[in-house]
Amino acid sequence: MHSYLDFEKPLAEIEGKAEELRALARGEDGIEVEREAEALDQKARALLASLYKDLSPWRKCQVARHPARPHCKDYISALFTEFTPLAGDRGFSDDAAVMGGLARFNDRPVVVLGHEKGHDTASRLDRNFGMARPEGYRKAVRLMDMADRFGLPVVTLVDTPGAYPGKGAEERGQSEAIARATEKCLSIGVPLVSVVIGEGGSGGAVGIAAGNRVAMLEHSVYSVISPEGCASILWKDAGKMREAAEALRLTAQDLLTLGVVDRVIPEPMGGAQRDPAAAMANVGTAIQAMLDELSGQDRKALVAGRRKKFLEMGRNALPEPSSFIPAHFTQGRDRG
Amino acid sequence: MNWISNYVRPKINSLFSRREMPENLWTKCDECGTMLFHRELRESLNVCTNCGHHMAITPRDRFIALFDGGMFAEVKVPAPVADPLHFRDQKRYPDRMKAAQRSTHEQEAMLVATGEIGRTPIVAAAQNFGFMAGSMGMYVGNAIIAAAETAVKQGRPLVLFSAAGGARMQEGILSLMQMPRSTVAVQMLKEAGLPYIVVLTHPTTGGVTASYAMLGDVQIAEPNALICFAGPRVIEQTIREKLPEGFQRAEYLLEHGMLDRVTPRGEMRTELITITRMLMGLPPAIMGELPAPGTPAEPQAEE
Repeated sequence: MHSYLDFEKPLAEIEGKAEELRALARGEDGIEVEREAEALDQKARALLASLYKDLSPWRKCQVARHPARPHCKDYISALFTEFTPLAGDRGFSDDAAVMGGLARFNDRPVVVLGHEKGHDTASRLDRNFGMARPEGYRKAVRLMDMADRFGLPVVTLVDTPGAYPGKGAEERGQSEAIARATEKCLSIGVPLVSVVIGEGGSGGAVGIAAGNRVAMLEHSVYSVISPEGCASILWKDAGKMREAAEALRLTAQDLLTLGVVDRVIPEPMGGAQRDPAAAMANVGTAIQAMLDELSGQDRKALVAGRRKKFLEMGRNALPEPSSFIPAHFTQGRDRG
Repeated sequence: MNWISNYVRPKINSLFSRREMPENLWTKCDECGTMLFHRELRESLNVCTNCGHHMAITPRDRFIALFDGGMFAEVKVPAPVADPLHFRDQKRYPDRMKAAQRSTHEQEAMLVATGEIGRTPIVAAAQNFGFMAGSMGMYVGNAIIAAAETAVKQGRPLVLFSAAGGARMQEGILSLMQMPRSTVAVQMLKEAGLPYIVVLTHPTTGGVTASYAMLGDVQIAEPNALICFAGPRVIEQTIREKLPEGFQRAEYLLEHGMLDRVTPRGEMRTELITITRMLMGLPPAIMGELPAPGTPAEPQAEE
């Protein structure tokens, strides 16, 4: 059963009716409902298209957090073969909020890692809702080190509300772990491509996302703080998350314009959760394209290119917000 | 309850307090409540002479106390695009900036300078918590990069005093990107074989702690400084339990292996001289308060 977001309620009604009709027809022979159901389907499709044509930043946040969206685990099983999970930070424990290991991407051996949120109550608890502890980042550092040693490209999938704000996490050096992971991202001599597949939550995301190429799914978000957190600090009212989401410019389209990400990967109509297979295929194509862009670069060029990319952020003049691309813009930006 | 206690007494109190402590001359220690005379407080570098509580100190005052003879040359920091997101909450971001500039008489939340400490040439950067909570936006990113570049160019160690509530929300994702940016700056120093010493001061939190402030070769903190990724309130709300005494304070971090040292502000200069000289392979310093170098520290400010 599809779960609907609050702004999708009218859609839920129409789709529910169509489904009801068909269920009725299945029960009794001879009732012809297909035409009517088809008309409802059409209406639903039109409504879906109009809803998703120009999603507000807050709605994008909701879509990015949709529980039925494909998660890291799904991407790994859909796009990679021979996935061999590797665990542990060798210091304290493993962290299930960050999964990773060796795998083949289009036959090429790579290291893949990402945040995993879990898909039901048990797995969500196990994965800590994708909120990593220091061990997760230290595991990421270990895996990136290994990739560097053996010349394997690294693919990271970003999907976290943020690093875990817990007592133990702080005691074991959450900030140091994130800082070291970011540092590692910036120093490995192999291609590093990152895709924000859902939520790019602040420092917890950056720690594994300082790549040569960074892409975002069309309805994913990437922000310095959650809209709720920002609203409670600056508006003194967590209920003002819509205004905060607007002000933070956290959509994939905004980040493309600001030069923070390199491409936006299109999602199927109605978001990745409506057709996970299609969304994941698009991500696969984008990862391959980004790896192709980096092929032929030696270690030095890869490190230098990555540093230059980040050093330039904030140095160059930025376009005026009026020229921000409309929300349905989905094309990758050309890079020289 | 009655007219006398509600109206007359506060009125009288306010009259007296106004007469007894004209502004600027006395500061009340927020820890023990002792009234501290401004001259005494200045001499102790804003450390309470009664309880040892470390109050905030501006980057400028810190540098005056740090560098030989109080002499230093400011390093010019390239100005970033102002208000890139046209951010507006209850106030416009440019208005918040102007208010901060008026109250601090500084351009932004970080000051970078070159000079000598115990005749040891260094580059120093200090974050100003009084300026929008010292928050890290593009300017602070630029300042750290400028500091690292100057250090590399002149072959000097970098000493960075951190103090920040975290990233500057008003610059959105661009403030978050200062985490990798400042990390690149730290890498430049490491590759040039130059020491990078971080002095964490109260408070250092969020994205600042999770980037350049935790990447030092030597990590020193001032006593009782709050140093964390997520603040104690956020954690209490998440785990719904009381946090232990001193949680996320400098001494707690030292105990948990996250810091090299906790050093009182009054001893910091000597310690920094000792450490930087050893790491730079220089002979022991002549200690004590040194006059300004014979020639100005940096007659031709770079760039």
